[in-house]
Amino acid sequence: MSDLPMLPVRVTVKAVVEETPSVRTFYFEPGIPSSPGQFVMVWVPGVDEVPMALSSATSITVQQVGDATTAMFCLKPGDALGIRGPLGNGFTVSGKTLAIGGGVGAAPLLHLAVEGKVSTFLLGARTADELLFAPVINASSNLKIATDDGTAGHHGVVTDLMDEIDLEAYDHICVCGPEIMMLKVLERLHAAGVADRGQFSLHRYMKCGIGVCGSCATDPHGLRVCRDGPVFTGADLLESEFGRYARDATGSKVVFPWAKKAEE
Amino acid sequence: MISLQPGEITVGGVALHNHLLLAAGVLGTTGASLRRMLRLGAGGVVTKSIGPEPNPGHHGPCLVRTEGGLLNAMGLPNPSKEFVGEIEPLKDEPVVVSVYGKDPEDFKEVAGWFAGTGTARGFELNVSCPHAAGYGAAIGTDPEMVLECTRAVASHGLPVWVKLTPNVTDITTIGLAAEKGGASAIVAVNTVRGMRISTEMRRPVLGYRSGGLSGKAIFPIAVKCVWDLYEACSIPIVGCGGISTADDVVEMMMAGAQAVEVGSAVIDEVRVFEQIARGLYAADGVAAEEIVGVAHRV
Repeated sequence: MSDLPMLPVRVTVKAVVEETPSVRTFYFEPGIPSSPGQFVMVWVPGVDEVPMALSSATSITVQQVGDATTAMFCLKPGDALGIRGPLGNGFTVSGKTLAIGGGVGAAPLLHLAVEGKVSTFLLGARTADELLFAPVINASSNLKIATDDGTAGHHGVVTDLMDEIDLEAYDHICVCGPEIMMLKVLERLHAAGVADRGQFSLHRYMKCGIGVCGSCATDPHGLRVCRDGPVFTGADLLESEFGRYARDATGSKVVFPWAKKAEE
Repeated sequence: MISLQPGEITVGGVALHNHLLLAAGVLGTTGASLRRMLRLGAGGVVTKSIGPEPNPGHHGPCLVRTEGGLLNAMGLPNPSKEFVGEIEPLKDEPVVVSVYGKDPEDFKEVAGWFAGTGTARGFELNVSCPHAAGYGAAIGTDPEMVLECTRAVASHGLPVWVKLTPNVTDITTIGLAAEKGGASAIVAVNTVRGMRISTEMRRPVLGYRSGGLSGKAIFPIAVKCVWDLYEACSIPIVGCGGISTADDVVEMMMAGAQAVEVGSAVIDEVRVFEQIARGLYAADGVAAEEIVGVAHRV
């Protein structure tokens, strides 16, 4: 327990970088020593506290989706945030690693790439404007790009890029992005018999962030995303709720649109 | 160190695998999470408190670590009636459903959803949460309300445990009200009112500003409450508040508890029940009756 943070630590926003039309990186001081894939609870005073992946020891990369992130988009250099972290278990890699990132999900994988731990990086986005960190990733790994509308790289989804990849050649396959994308990646890994090499960074509604409240517990094993994850192996996820439903703040199940038909 | 005989027990009308229950509000939001705690050695589990309407709870921060404890203001998040289906697969397990409401009618209605389905072995009335306006401790500090809420839920014919707040002048007044209302057991205690202020941010840390303190820091408070209730009441007491070791369990029993609930200690180790049981039970241990309340007899 001594490793778990106590009260939030005040950090000062040093710079705000507009990465894409919908994503900004907030650089702050002091940094949070952490390993790739770990996250922090970010306190936007007066609004809420939300989990965010670290894109480096001194930054979080944020998509505007709710109250807290909307309030964050008003922050300027000199403003304060509260941070609890680092939290959770990140990616564990050695040998040859493939990273697959979609949208803002590239953030925790960036941390891994800049540490020189990624051989090949498959990066997806809706459109060229939304591609995150492409130049930085390109400098440290073999980057392949896919966009839904074909404005950059392969015209299609990021999983299409897996066709030309020999999955067996990689010791680890680290994945972060929208759940539907991660589900498609898992299906491919499973088909290739390498689901156990997959490491997926899961997103679930969290309240406490330190493994007590249970709001991020997953089915069927009751594993806590905040404490037992957020990174789980593909083998762990195969028999789980992953790709089918998540839960909202009340604890009610919310079935993903693509899974609705199957649930009925 | 005193050891207890292992085995099934019955406390307050509820049959349990051992003396150690998972406390309400901790890892109790989903059926799978509750099942995990049973598999990891809990003798019974108390669910997240369920109320009359789905509730997202308070804005964060909702829970922070503090010296020797945890400070929380979750705000009673729960999916309400949907939870009946959530614990349906646990029908054969010792599940106590925690219930909250604003008045006796609310309590009766919510308990009624479970009473007819066989999903609850008993109820635990949350009349003690310190951070939900109009609920919890707002009711649990009023003996008449506690009596009426207990009576309303007891009408379903299942055991009713009433979880008390330590934030009152005399906890025995409330304990006696629960007993008079037909409670099968008293659970003592819920969290102690508390707050922290971030000096760096110059504002309260919790989103709800203040909340409830749990964990080691409140263990002596809980022991004293159990002690006082044992002197005043004749129904069984379930001790709760800062228990994290086998010796804590024995101490709580000597104060008068027949079983205990463990909550915040899961932060140190999710296998806390196995850990405590390893130290608590031995084949040549004493019967629990030999130590319950023994400290009163000196």
